[in-house]
Order: sequence, then C-alpha cells, then structure tokens
Amino acid sequence: MTAAIAITTSGGFLLVLSVLLPVAGIILSLVTGGRYASSITLGLTPFGFALACAIAFCVGRTGNPVTYAIGGLPPPLGIALRADGASAVMLVVTAMILSAAALYAREKFTTRRGGGESRSALTFWIMLQAIWAALTIIFVGGDLFNLYVALELLTFAAVPLVCIDGRAETLAAALRYLLFALFGSISYLLGVALFYGAHGTLDIQLLAHRVEPTPVVWTAAALMTAGLLAKTALFPLHLWLPPAHANAPAAASAVLSGLVVKGSFFLALRLWFYVLPELPTGQAVAVLGGLGSAAVIAGGVLALRQARLKLLIAYSTVSQIGYLFLVFPLAAGAQAWSTIGWSAGLMQVVAHAFAKAAMFLAAGVLAEAAGHDQIAKLGGAARALPLTFLTLALGGLSLIGLPLSGGFSAKWLMLQASVASGQWVWSIPILAGGLLAAGYMYRVLAPALSDGEISMQSPPRRCPQAVALALTMIALALGFAPQAFFDFIEIGRPLVGAS
Amino acid sequence: MNILPFLDILLASLIVTVAASTVVARDLFAAVVSYVAYGLLLAFVWIRLYAPDVALTEAAVGSGVTGVLLITAGKRLAAIRKAEPEAQPGPALKWLTGALAVLVACALAAAILMLPDVPPSLAPEAVTAASGPGAGLGNPITAVLISYRSFDTMLEKVVLILAVVGVWSIGKDAAWGNAPAPLGRSRPSPAMVFLAQILAPIGTLIGIHIFWVGADAPGGAFQGGALLAAMWMVAMMARFDEPPRIDAKWLRLGLVAGPAVFLVVGLAGISMAGNFFAYPPGFAKPIIIFIEAFMVLSIAVALPLLVAGPPSEGYET
Amino acid sequence: MSPSTLAGLVGATLVGLGLYGLVLHPHPLRKLLAFNVIGNGVFLVFGIIARRGAAAGLSFDPVPQAMVITGIVVAFAASALAVALILGLYSEAGRVTLDPDAWTKPGPEEGK
Repeated sequence: MTAAIAITTSGGFLLVLSVLLPVAGIILSLVTGGRYASSITLGLTPFGFALACAIAFCVGRTGNPVTYAIGGLPPPLGIALRADGASAVMLVVTAMILSAAALYAREKFTTRRGGGESRSALTFWIMLQAIWAALTIIFVGGDLFNLYVALELLTFAAVPLVCIDGRAETLAAALRYLLFALFGSISYLLGVALFYGAHGTLDIQLLAHRVEPTPVVWTAAALMTAGLLAKTALFPLHLWLPPAHANAPAAASAVLSGLVVKGSFFLALRLWFYVLPELPTGQAVAVLGGLGSAAVIAGGVLALRQARLKLLIAYSTVSQIGYLFLVFPLAAGAQAWSTIGWSAGLMQVVAHAFAKAAMFLAAGVLAEAAGHDQIAKLGGAARALPLTFLTLALGGLSLIGLPLSGGFSAKWLMLQASVASGQWVWSIPILAGGLLAAGYMYRVLAPALSDGEISMQSPPRRCPQAVALALTMIALALGFAPQAFFDFIEIGRPLVGAS
Repeated sequence: MNILPFLDILLASLIVTVAASTVVARDLFAAVVSYVAYGLLLAFVWIRLYAPDVALTEAAVGSGVTGVLLITAGKRLAAIRKAEPEAQPGPALKWLTGALAVLVACALAAAILMLPDVPPSLAPEAVTAASGPGAGLGNPITAVLISYRSFDTMLEKVVLILAVVGVWSIGKDAAWGNAPAPLGRSRPSPAMVFLAQILAPIGTLIGIHIFWVGADAPGGAFQGGALLAAMWMVAMMARFDEPPRIDAKWLRLGLVAGPAVFLVVGLAGISMAGNFFAYPPGFAKPIIIFIEAFMVLSIAVALPLLVAGPPSEGYET
Repeated sequence: MSPSTLAGLVGATLVGLGLYGLVLHPHPLRKLLAFNVIGNGVFLVFGIIARRGAAAGLSFDPVPQAMVITGIVVAFAASALAVALILGLYSEAGRVTLDPDAWTKPGPEEGK
C-alpha cells in the first residue's frame, strides 16, 4: 500500500493545540511566578477538556483517525500526530482526571493572598501541566522518537510530585522511581535505534508497512517492551510503584496511578498492535499475558497484607495493571474475538483510571481528616466519613468487577474473549484477581463499618469529597457504556475487520 | 592509511577498559573521574564516525558539564560521610547479573551485525531538502533539529525546564526563592581565578561563534549554548559571579525564552506558511537562527542551574 | 572491520557493562554512572546507524545524529535531577539508600 501516509486531515490542528496549551501554561506559570500557577492551570483546564472533546468529535464524525503532519512535512522526514479512537478516549479521560485532581488539590497548593511564591505550589501546578502535555503527546504521537521525548517529559514531571513534601522516604521513593524510569527510557531508546537502523523510519504507520519478522525487529521490540514494562510497573519490575504512589500527596497519587502508568502501557499497545500486528506475535504476547497474570495474583496477595490504606491501594494498582497486560493475548490478531479483547483492555484502562483516582482521593480525604491511614485504626470511620467510604466502596466494586461497573464490563469482556479464543487459561487470573480484590476491599470496609469511634483531627472538606465521589460514579457509569463506545475505540486500529 | 584500523582498535579497547573501570571501581571518586575520561575518549569515537556535531555536544555536555555535576555530587557526598559499609550483593546475584549483562550485550551485538548493509535511510532526502528551498541550511543536522523535527527539539527544551523546576523543588520550603549554594570555594585557588580570567571571555566568544556558524557548519545552538554555560560555570567556580536567586525575573525569562519563542513561531507558522511549525520559503534560515539564538540563551541559563542545584538557606563552603 | 562495526560492538559492550553496574551497585550515584554508560552505548548504536546511512553527497545520516544530540541533553538533565535527589536525600536523612525497608519505622504511632 503506497497511499500517502499522514496527510493532514480536517481537525488535525486540534492535535497540535492540545499539546501546546499545557506547554504554554507551564511557561506562563514559571514566568508569572507561583502565585498565579494554580489560576493558570485551573483556567486552562476547561480549554484542554474542550480540545479533547473536539478531537473525539472529529474522530467519531469521520470514522477515521485525525492526523496532522507537523510543518506540513509528512513522514519519513517529518513528524506526524495521529489521533484514533483509543487516543481520543484517553485524551478525554486524561482531561477529566487531571481536572479532578486540580480541583481536589486547589486549596492545598494555593498560595494565600499576599504570600509569595511557594515551592510546593509552583512545583505541583507545573508538574501537573507537564503531565498533561506529556500524556497528550503519548496518546496522539505518531513518531517513536517523539514518543521517547514525551516519556522523558512524563518521568521528569511525575518524579518531583512523588517527593513534593520533602520527607526522606518520599525522596528515596522518588529516586527509585527515577532510576527505574531511566532504565525504561534508555531500553526503549535502544529499541528505537534498532528500528531505525533496520527500516529507516520511526513513523508508526510507515514502520507497520515495512517491518518483517527478523531477529533485529524482535530484539528491538523486546528492548522497547522491557523498557515500557519497567515504566508501567509490571511484575517483576513493580518494586518502585507502591512506595512512590503511597507516599505522594493524594492528588498526585491519583494522577500517578490513574494516568501516568497508563501512558507507557499505551505505548506498549502502540508497539504491538500498531507497529507489529502483521507479525506472528503469538509467543511474545503469551509471555506478556503470563507476566500480567503473575502481577494480578502477586499484587492482590501483597495488597491483602498491607497495614496502610494508601499502600494497599498502591498494591491494588500493581494487581490491576496485570489485567491490562492480558489484553495482549486476548486482542492479538484479526479474529472476531480480538475486537472483544481490545474493548476489554481499553475499558479496563478507563475504568481503572477513574476508580483508582477516586480511591486515592478518598484515601487522601480520610488521611487528612483522621491524621493517619492505618487500616487497623479505622473503626467506625464509615459513620464519620460516609461519602468517603461510599467512594471507596464503589471504587472497590469496579476493581473487583462486580456488575454494573466499568470494571465488571472489562472483566466480563475479557472472560468472553478468553473463552471465544480457546485461551481458557487466562480466565484463572481474571477470576482469582476478582476474589483477591474482594478480599482486600473487605479488609478496608469491614473495620470501617464496624462499631468503633475514630478520632477525627479535622473535619473533611466538601469539595474534595465531592470530586472523589464524582470520579467513582463515572467508573460505575462506564458499566453502561453503549456499543457505540466500543465501536469508537476500534477506529483506526489496524487489522480490524478486513485483511 | 593502514595505521588507522590499529588505532581504532586501540581506541575501542581503551574505551571499554575505562568504562569497565567506571562500573567496577571500588571508590566513588575514582569511578567519577573514569567517567569523565571516558567521555572525552568518546568524543574521539564520534569524530571517527563522522559526527563532529555530536562530538562537540558529547565533549561539552556529556563529558564536560556532566563531569562537573558528578564531581560536585561526589565531593559533597564524600565530604561528610565516612566509608559507609554498603551491603554488597552476594556472589549469586553477581553471577546472575553478569550472565544477564552478557546475554543482553551479545543479543545487541548480534542485532547490530545483522543490520541491513545499506539501510534505507533518509540521508538523501535530507541533503536535498537542506540545501533546497526547504531550509537553505548547510548543516543538515541543524535542519533536522530546528526544521524537520522541530517538534522534538521544542519538547526537549520543555524537558530542560521541567528538570530545572524539579531540581529546585528538592530544596527546603524555607529556602525557596534564595540562590543555590555557590559553585566554588569561598577562597578559590589562584589557578582557578587565572583560568577563569583567561578562559571565560575566550570561551564565550567561541561559544557564540559555534552557535552562529552552526547553520552551515558543525555547531549549533546546543553546542554553543553548552559552551556558554560552561563559561558561566567557570566564572562561578572562581567566584566572579554567584548563582542567581531562583525567583529572579530575568532568570525565569531567560529560562523560558527558548521554548517560548519556539512555541510562538510554531503557532505563527499557520498564518505564515499554512502549517504549524512550518517556515515560509525564503525566510527559513533567518527564522531558524532567530529561534536558535533564544535557545542558546535558555540552554546557557538552564545547564548551570541544573549543576548548581536547589536553593539553599545559608552558604556552606 | 570497519570503524562503524567496531563502534557498534563497543556500544553493545557498554550497554552490557552499564546494565551490570545499574543492577548491582547499591549506591544510587554508582547506579547513575552506570546508567550514563548505558546511555552512551545506546548513542553509539545510533551513531553507527548514522554512519551506515551515508549516501550520495553526505557522509552521514543526520537524523540519528540529531537524535543523539537530543539524547545527550536529556540524559544530562536526568542526571542532574537524580543528583539533586541523592543530595537532598542525604541532607534530609544523613544516608543514601534505596532499600525501602530502611525507611519504614515500626510502631503504631507512626501514621501518615
């Protein structure tokens, strides 16, 4: 197929604007000083959300991906941006969760009137906007080296958020995160080098037409995947995640667990489903599925043993990330069940993003109100903080995969795909993971619902509670996603239907 | 020309030996010094690979500025702590890791040897594009960096800003707004002062020159900016100048100048040339040099800030 | 053996050496040094690809070289961030270790 690749389509300019908007926000925040950083971020948030919706609208209206060749130069010499159905959904999800985190953290990281610039305020708002910019490029980028720069931007934005409160343990967790992430990036970059050496281009679509199952390509794919696995904290490279996510401030944890790890996962999807789908990937994706299963079990078991709520939620993330990697064996190829597997995978990404973000925000409310997050001392907390525990319970519903939640849809679709494809073995971790999740949610909710008196240090604030509850309701509402949603996320995916 | 392969092999063995010394040296300071030496050797390799731009960047940034960063870090760490008995990994782990490292190296070497002989590269297109109406530049790397893959370069400037803010954020709350600790001792050695007096003005001129000719000859914004950054650091190490307060307006403006100008020109491209990040034909070269000038400023400001570190409350010496 | 093949093999060796150091050394600054060694190895691989991409009129392929320049600057920024974290950790806690068990303190009164 020698059709012209990546001609700029209508609406393509929106892609560039959606990247440049948060970048402009970062520049403005740094220059005007930290006092205005929160206003700038919150002010730009609705525009970012509007751009994401506009892009989704364009994709849905034409039924084709929206593309833009930067500088008017199409690949292989230039860089292209490409938003397909999955990208558009992730852009909207990112906008919503980042806006929620911004609203949640508004009071904590705002400078009081008359105060000068403060370290934590400037850092928080700049890093938040940088995460937005980086994730946008990750979701719409079409060039592998461009995506490498975006991955580095994401890491440099996420790491300072982990240690923003300056305590020694957060600094150590941030350092560990940085080292793992740097290993991930350099491994990814090495894979990129080999791809370029073998095929002379780094554009995803062009590469897809040129790749062949040679040892060089497999080595490159293995290196890139290893790097992305380290960044996504897939077992056994998950060691950095629990301390980093548990000790960050609540809004940061929500963004880190909900969105940041999904960025590198999305690139793994791009590699295996957009660059390499024509190759015989059967054994490789089975390995990924196996690691995912191990993650589901290991994360769940470790979550059961945690004494702190935030650590429990962080290990739950490790477990739920394992589900994400079951997409690889369940959506490979072009059979009818691949579509189901793909829908399952994306639904899991989106549902987990909302549910986990909601749970971290709720845990933040609890920690602020009670002064600690030790599970053993949560007796009677549900009566003191009803909204917060409702949020936790509903979020847990989605994590377990109980009906009428996004998580249920995802796991149900995964079971369907595993049965339809004859890969029965994957249903074991899916079901076991659900049981483990039920176990650790019970560990949290049982003492909270019991009789007991929890001593509150300060009353919970309403706005953060409302934000957390809203996110968890969205996670539940995803259970009602219409078929149009699943058709939408198929737009632009190679090997679908035809061929 | 038959001495060259022998020299190549000598260079290669030297690099591997020094790199091994960096990795397995017992003492931290020895490892850092090995790393700086190895960086300089690498610059030679880049010249052998017909990559003078990269050689310049490696010498200035990869070995030079990184070396200052690591040596400063090593000194600050070693100054206070005694020889801390670290938990050395057991022999089993060493063998396992060694096996893994050998496996990865061999797989990579095999992949490299199996790369297609004449890879389908973009070089011919870039040549015609660079000298053609596309950019009119004589240095194709500058054309790639600022014209064809300008999006990458702009994002990389943003990454630099992020790193600076990240480094600043590690300071204490009470110290926010102050200046970082001075780079040099309170009584710098006369040799250092002499070096700074001679080197800084010459180096600054050379840096500007490298940036200016970078459009048509080896050089460019990164190399020129890195050299200017190094000169500022030399001046700070000789205590001619102090690290600035991080809330200084001029500092903030200098830091964002590069990406900000890049952003504005990129956005303006849609009215000037019909596409974001496009340059109108005929005006490409002046616009590129204009953008590069601000990039030089930002790089010259950002690199020393990254070495200077977070703001500090009082001066340590 | 052409210079570019030799350089490629050197790059592969550097990646192996650096990986060994990155995994094994407990001290974060040594890990950072090892990471930089890996990084240089990767850049060498880019470099030989640039050299092999020589074609009519040019003795190298500029695209990989541009990527290496970008990579060198990004690697420096990463090193600076890591050094700041290491020094900050040292000044905050008096020791530098990545072992998470070193930071967990037992006792019920230790809360969030």
